[in-house]
Amino acid sequence: MSDTATNAPVLAADGTPLKRSLSRALRVQKMRALALIAPLLIFVLISFILPIGDMLFRSVENQIVENTLPYTVEELGKWDGASDELPPEPVFRDMYFDLFLAAEMKRHTRLGSRLNYEASGMSSLFRQAGRKLDDPGKDAQDTLEEIDPRWGERETYYEIFNAAEGVAVDDALLSAQEKRIRWLADEPPTGEMNFAPSAEASALLPLAARVYTSFGVITGLVDNKVVEKTKPMESLYLALVQDVTRPGFVDDLAAYNGPQKDALAALATAGLTAPNYTQIFEEVDRNWAKVETWRIIQTHSGPYTSGYFLNAIDMQKTPEGAAVQPENKRVLIQLFIRTIIMSLTIMGACILLGYPVAWLLANLPMRQANLLMMLVLLPFWTSLLVRTSAWKVMLQQNGVVNDVLVWIGLVADNDRLVLINNQIGTITAMTHILLPFMILPMYSVMQTINPSYLRAAKSLGATNWTAFWRVYFPQSIPGIGAGSILVFILSIGYYITPEIVGGTKGVFISNRIAYHISSSLNWGLAAALGTILLVVVLALYWCYDKIVGIDNVKLG
Amino acid sequence: MKFTTTLMASTALTAAASMASAQEMADSMTIVSWGGAYQDSQKKAYAEPYKEANPGVSISWDESSNEAVAKLRAQNEADNITWDLVDVVGADAMRLCDEGLAMEIDHDEMLADGDDGSTATEDFGEVIVSDCFIPQIVYSITFGYRTDMVPEGTEPPSKLCDVFDLETYPGKRSLEKRPINNMEWALMCDGVANEDVYDVLATPEGQQQALDKLATIKDSVVWWSAGADTPQLLADGEVFIGSTYNGRLFSVIEEQKQPVAMLWDGQVYDFDGWIIPTGLSEERLARVMDFVKTTTDTQHLADQAKYISYGPARASSAPLVGQHADLGIDMAPHMPTDPSNAGNVLQPNFVFWADYRDDIDTKFQAWLAQ
Repeated sequence: MSDTATNAPVLAADGTPLKRSLSRALRVQKMRALALIAPLLIFVLISFILPIGDMLFRSVENQIVENTLPYTVEELGKWDGASDELPPEPVFRDMYFDLFLAAEMKRHTRLGSRLNYEASGMSSLFRQAGRKLDDPGKDAQDTLEEIDPRWGERETYYEIFNAAEGVAVDDALLSAQEKRIRWLADEPPTGEMNFAPSAEASALLPLAARVYTSFGVITGLVDNKVVEKTKPMESLYLALVQDVTRPGFVDDLAAYNGPQKDALAALATAGLTAPNYTQIFEEVDRNWAKVETWRIIQTHSGPYTSGYFLNAIDMQKTPEGAAVQPENKRVLIQLFIRTIIMSLTIMGACILLGYPVAWLLANLPMRQANLLMMLVLLPFWTSLLVRTSAWKVMLQQNGVVNDVLVWIGLVADNDRLVLINNQIGTITAMTHILLPFMILPMYSVMQTINPSYLRAAKSLGATNWTAFWRVYFPQSIPGIGAGSILVFILSIGYYITPEIVGGTKGVFISNRIAYHISSSLNWGLAAALGTILLVVVLALYWCYDKIVGIDNVKLG
Repeated sequence: MKFTTTLMASTALTAAASMASAQEMADSMTIVSWGGAYQDSQKKAYAEPYKEANPGVSISWDESSNEAVAKLRAQNEADNITWDLVDVVGADAMRLCDEGLAMEIDHDEMLADGDDGSTATEDFGEVIVSDCFIPQIVYSITFGYRTDMVPEGTEPPSKLCDVFDLETYPGKRSLEKRPINNMEWALMCDGVANEDVYDVLATPEGQQQALDKLATIKDSVVWWSAGADTPQLLADGEVFIGSTYNGRLFSVIEEQKQPVAMLWDGQVYDFDGWIIPTGLSEERLARVMDFVKTTTDTQHLADQAKYISYGPARASSAPLVGQHADLGIDMAPHMPTDPSNAGNVLQPNFVFWADYRDDIDTKFQAWLAQ
């Protein structure tokens, strides 16, 4: 009897089980709370979390190589990069047509800049190639025209490659090229497609059909022009020569029933030779005929890369795996270590200087405390740049500090102290700038410490020092903790003050990040450095939580 | 009530008037430049005459040129180009062009012919360092020194290599905190001929040679990162000699009357000009093209030299350079291109730096940190 009573669910007034009824009521409450914070949550998500995530994602993203050179990357995958032989002809062939299209869309230089981060010289290699790849195409065009004047008319090509009414369309080819051009185009294309590749032509002339289709997509979709009336890209002529010289073309042509059969037959019997793409590239620049160039492209062709992270810790990605950078290029780890050590130093200096001030603030009578508070806050409200520049005037060799020291005779006039453009400069200026972030949390914690504890300790026989150290100090630790976290995290990401007063030895890793964001445009490396910095801060925060406990931090 | 009606009527009128011109050209544009005296000279020489000729046009200015490359990339990625015309140095124009962020220009088609009948391409000559670049000025990075800090009994410095001579000319030097120019100067003073500098610098040994030469003065160098640093350091007597843009030195010497003199030997030319971002709407583009075509003609470029000591980029403008608008001194002798100053000039190699910048900069920074 009692068993059944405990097992039966308790019912609410309306007959539903109480548990379900309660959870439903709670869910409504939760939803309401969520709806209340939703505006802020969505705002933070869209304006903060997503952009940062997107930026950090760049540290591994590397789709530009694969998307710009899709066919080359595929062919290059078959090549053994460790061998001392150049990649085979098909790689050069695909590189020609991929690069030609990229140059048509002005994307080749962007790829060049990307690969230049890995090896100097790639940038101009690609820039030059973009300019010179037209020439072999033009030569092929002249040859074709000489054989049959019909090949000089743009309508001939359109007739062959376009699927007329009732002719089967090569949908796979069309969608592949469309996808490719959409990626290469800077803005979403707005034009109308007025071309579809004929399946028959693409079976007979695979390469030329591919080139013509990409041309058709560019002309229609991107430029919004009529394909039939537009002059094809020069690479088409070379592709056509390639196709009519391929083995088995004559047999395939016999079975072909599409337009311009006799013009194609004229090409088949003209005794053309297949283009030599390796030679074409060699003539553009001899560096294309170096194995090293192709190794770099192969190594960095994956859609995701660890290369930026390796670079960020003074290593590099090579065909043989990760390797340490040569000694004269190692600088980043040193900067990371320096950033952390100097931030800790600044934090320590802030504690030492801030603690007595905060104690005074908390213990002086109201009038003096208010005055002192103003003195703390006034610089806090002054622009960061003004304060940093002021330190420049103070600390330089003919500055106020040195002048005073010389005047009172502590320092010889020809042997003035170097107080700026080094680590001393950065530490001095940043300590001053960050001091309020230490004083204010300390002050608000100290204010809550009851003075009667100190009096009690002293009346029980403690010396001043013991009373302070055993009673007062432990109670003020939450303030020190909060101030330290604030100062440390702020200083680890500081950029402008080290830049101005840090010279060469007092700069932080953030100065390097800024350089890669705004000068070298190597955003991948900047993102990798930023990610590492973020992880370091989070790790230190975690350690702090384990050692001191985050519950012990009070901002007031 | 009456006032409101009048106001509304006049607003409608203005709107109608601006509508008429908006049919083909936008009536406002945002120009980005470097701020300071240089931007003022552009306002006076280009924007004000243009606004007089086209009263409906409003021009707003932005001072972000030093981070133009990064910001343009960000604007491009967000598909929201807010700038119409951007002033950049030659090397940045080249990078923006490579990145597809700047529009390619047909110089002969889109720009005015020279006064002497030459085409734009001939008139600008080799200052057109990139297909996207519309040159305005030739400036140079060169040295200025404190005349009162020259040791007694010594001739004032007259050669570039005096910068590396700590014995004859003790004291601090200020150099820019990047490898460009410093590496070239180091090699030029280490026995490499001007025309071989970039061939040598392309090799790891050459880079090491340049760094080794710089190492001989490393302890006496204050490294600057903003163009205003060296003039300030010279004015404060913090350094004896330092590199900066020649226009900055001109204002220290002629406007602020500081005891500073120019050292033109070994100056490196650099070019500054406009680029037009890609992705502008047709009306905005039409307005920008109109502005650029008008204000980069022979006379306008020569006019800019009235306000700042940078040489016009057109050869045909040189004879028209007159006197400074306020100081009333002849500007020609202060131009980096003046024959008396251009005895020993290094032509910068932008293609080289586009290729080697990252590599050499990493080595340079590692060397600095040692």
